[in-house]
Amino acid sequence: MSLNVHFHSYDAVIVGAGGAGLRAAIEVSGKCRTAVLTKLYPTRSHTGAAQGGMCAALANVEEDYWEWHAFDTVKGSDYLGDQPAIDIMCQEAIDAVIDLEHFGLAFSRTPQGKIDQRRFGGHTRNHGEAPVRRSCYAADRTGHMILQTLYQQCVARDVNFFNEFQVFDVIFEGEGTERRCAGVVAYELATGDLHVFASKGVLFATGGFGKMFRISSNAHTLTGDGPGVLFQNGLPMEDLEFYQFHPTGIYGLGILLTEGARGEGGILRNGLGERFMERVAPTVKDLAPRDMVSRAIHAEIKEGRGAGPDKDYVYLDLTHLPPEQIDAKLPDITGFVRTYLGIEPKKDPIPIQPTAHYAMGGIPTNVNAEVVIDTNNTVMPGLYAAGECACVSVHGANRLGTNSLLDIVVFGRRGGRAMAEYVSSVGHPDVTKAAADKVRDHIERLKSSKGGEKVAELRTALQETMTRNASVVRTEESLKEAKATIDDLRKRYESISIDDKGSVFNSDLTEALELSHLLDLANGLVVGAMARQESRGAHWRDDFPVRDDVKWMKHTFAHQDAEGNVTLDYKDVVGGKYQPMERKY
Amino acid sequence: MTTTIAKTGSVDAMELLTVHLRIKRYNPEVDTKPHWEEFEVQQKASDTVLNALHNIKWTVDGTLSFRRSCAHGVCGSDAMVINGENKLSCVNLISDVGTDLVIEPIRGLPVIKDLIVDMEPFFAQYRSVIPYLIAEDDPGYKERYQSQEDRARYDDTTKCILCACCTTSCPVYWANGEYVGPAAIVNAHRFIFDSRDQGTERRLDILNQKSGVWRCRTSFNCTEACPRGIKVTQAIEEVKRAILYDRV
Ligand SMILES: Cc1cc2nc3c(=O)[nH]c(=O)nc-3n(C[C@H](O)[C@H](O)[C@H](O)COP(=O)(O)OP(=O)(O)OC[C@H]3O[C@@H](n4cnc5c(N)ncnc54)[C@H](O)[C@@H]3O)c2cc1C
Ligand code: SF4
Ligand code: SF4
Ligand code: FES
Repeated sequence: MSLNVHFHSYDAVIVGAGGAGLRAAIEVSGKCRTAVLTKLYPTRSHTGAAQGGMCAALANVEEDYWEWHAFDTVKGSDYLGDQPAIDIMCQEAIDAVIDLEHFGLAFSRTPQGKIDQRRFGGHTRNHGEAPVRRSCYAADRTGHMILQTLYQQCVARDVNFFNEFQVFDVIFEGEGTERRCAGVVAYELATGDLHVFASKGVLFATGGFGKMFRISSNAHTLTGDGPGVLFQNGLPMEDLEFYQFHPTGIYGLGILLTEGARGEGGILRNGLGERFMERVAPTVKDLAPRDMVSRAIHAEIKEGRGAGPDKDYVYLDLTHLPPEQIDAKLPDITGFVRTYLGIEPKKDPIPIQPTAHYAMGGIPTNVNAEVVIDTNNTVMPGLYAAGECACVSVHGANRLGTNSLLDIVVFGRRGGRAMAEYVSSVGHPDVTKAAADKVRDHIERLKSSKGGEKVAELRTALQETMTRNASVVRTEESLKEAKATIDDLRKRYESISIDDKGSVFNSDLTEALELSHLLDLANGLVVGAMARQESRGAHWRDDFPVRDDVKWMKHTFAHQDAEGNVTLDYKDVVGGKYQPMERKY
Repeated sequence: MTTTIAKTGSVDAMELLTVHLRIKRYNPEVDTKPHWEEFEVQQKASDTVLNALHNIKWTVDGTLSFRRSCAHGVCGSDAMVINGENKLSCVNLISDVGTDLVIEPIRGLPVIKDLIVDMEPFFAQYRSVIPYLIAEDDPGYKERYQSQEDRARYDDTTKCILCACCTTSCPVYWANGEYVGPAAIVNAHRFIFDSRDQGTERRLDILNQKSGVWRCRTSFNCTEACPRGIKVTQAIEEVKRAILYDRV
């Protein structure tokens, strides 16, 4: 049985239809022949799960300046963010919010009818004096509103979607300095056919890869396909070891409870009822950045002050908030708590634990979302990346809450613009159906394999080891354990076999292909984390508990060779106005 | 300080229950018509129906096919008929729906494989109501203001996740696929009652046609089915009134 292969030719292809992909599509559509390929219907993208908000120094409710926002982002990044990129993001944040309002986004409003703003972790007035109201929001479903609004605008512009088309390879042509991106290979879920998309420009916006962890706020589909495909094609990944653990995941499940809950006045308490963040961050308390809060929770639990029969969680306490405020500002998350835990958050504190949440690292890009392929910032012509799959780097070692929704719209827009401009100046690539051979072989191998290893078993083992050994707190020893497990799983992956040999909606097959991305990215993450002998932002090494600016103020570039081995090199952080200082809140 | 986690905290809730699932299956590459298959898996009372489906797929039969993504009721991927009612598998716990489950694909849309239906007709109907803001005036480089009352006017219908639970529970829609269905009307309502929008007339004209709101027989199936708790039938009534009395 051989697979059908179809051929398409476009000027621009966007892979992914979350916030970043859709925002890029709005920019590109109408300017050149564009296709948006997405493995999910656009409105199913995980941007829709984002709750808390999107920061911009609108100063609608109190004094604020984009420079303060930039300062907070740099400090929040533990000085690993590149300051020129951060400046751009914080400046353009204001435009980006106004754009969204013009597109029809249903922001929550102030009594005067302006876009309302609320507090969020790590966002402060005047360089750390006190929390500031900077996050623009729509109740606790800001991401849902952004995703819906951007999709609506794509409908208005008649954007050409290929829904349920999953990209499994990228095409290049030419050698040396002539080398450029020439398209992608996609697998059509409904038919099992392969599609070669020859294209002058390709923008990846495939989101995160939080499904490499067991306790995770991420959707089942967040498997790092974009970064995975590029990594497997020899392109580097930046800063993979910086992975964010959000402090407040629902205990045992990892479903997110937005930081907005603390922005509205919610308090973290340990098993003894103590407000432990008072000790850790005397000024901003529960609104300290996520890395610090997650570590503080970890410490409470480790030191025996956790709650519950196994003392392995702490509480998010909303019981002192006015019930009307909870209903108006936090309806969705309190609904999750009722549904999954059977608890009434107005009466009882909510059991929470840190949950794997956000990849600061990913496909290295410059501020125009052009993909760079080495530490000299050499651009790969025609290749772009934006959103969570990319690393600009604006989040450095630790992303501030609300800065991702911002990142996706700002750099989605920039990437779309840059790609539209580029494709107007170059010719069509020379691509044939043979470009699909590699994916076809992989699929046929998986379908005919009798190896006996099961995708779900391997994935569970990966998730277990990553959550246990490569999470909030790491050591040489724990990372070695993770590495050994990953090495073993990657070997076993070669003997995977699947039950479903069919062509129509074969998710048995696509889950197997996705697993290869998770395994390779996890390997890159762990190798980077082992090498980085310091603690910075979300990367905390108990055996190297201080930040080392002399040796380590630099970005990691991980490369995977043809045998699957990872090597590392480094790129200096681009500084700016703000000199590194100790992070106190 | 303690909280009793009603659904996971007690010993009982951790106990494994035998869950019996009867699933309507169809593989277009082999079957000429759908048939039923039975499965038994062990789950906790606090597990979701989606957990049980995954358990089957990952340990018993990898060919079982269904859509899912977020696993907490926000993406709208996994609408299905569970014991006769349209539900999202990821927000219904075994403790809520019981250990004897009959699961079928949602009705009124063509089945492609197992629990996966063709969503294209549904999205085409959504697109037909002009589901985006129409505002010709140029507000310049600043936000438009909107009072909290005006914002509240359409809040309920902004919650829609396009899961199709409502439309595929509607007897009128089953009988006549031309009817745009409640989900499309909900999404039209979201703009009709948005004070910033200027496309009301166009949308009301579309919904006044024979495929529009007048097909609705106000039977409330849709409202009961909506996992987001949207007052679907009320939204439809408001649109009907807007057409009749020419005001919003
Ligand atoms: C629960 C939760 C709450 C959050 N809350 C906030 C918040 O309040 N504020 C904030 O700033 N950030 C928040 N974040 C982070 C933020 O929401 C995400 O980082 C951001 O939405 C990612 O957007 P994206 O467009 O990059 O990717 P996504 O929205 O994840 O979209 C990825 C897209 O890529 C497609 N895709 C993936 N692989 C392939 C493939 N192989 N082929 C074709 N298509 C593919 C998918 O179909 C999808 O359309 C939150 C995250 C989570 C998980
Ligand atoms: S109220 Fe109208 S739309 Fe809803 S189910 Fe009944 S007939 Fe269908
Ligand atoms: S109105 Fe409710 S049931 Fe209908 S599509 Fe929207 S969310 Fe689903
Ligand atoms: S999987 Fe997203 S709504 Fe159920």
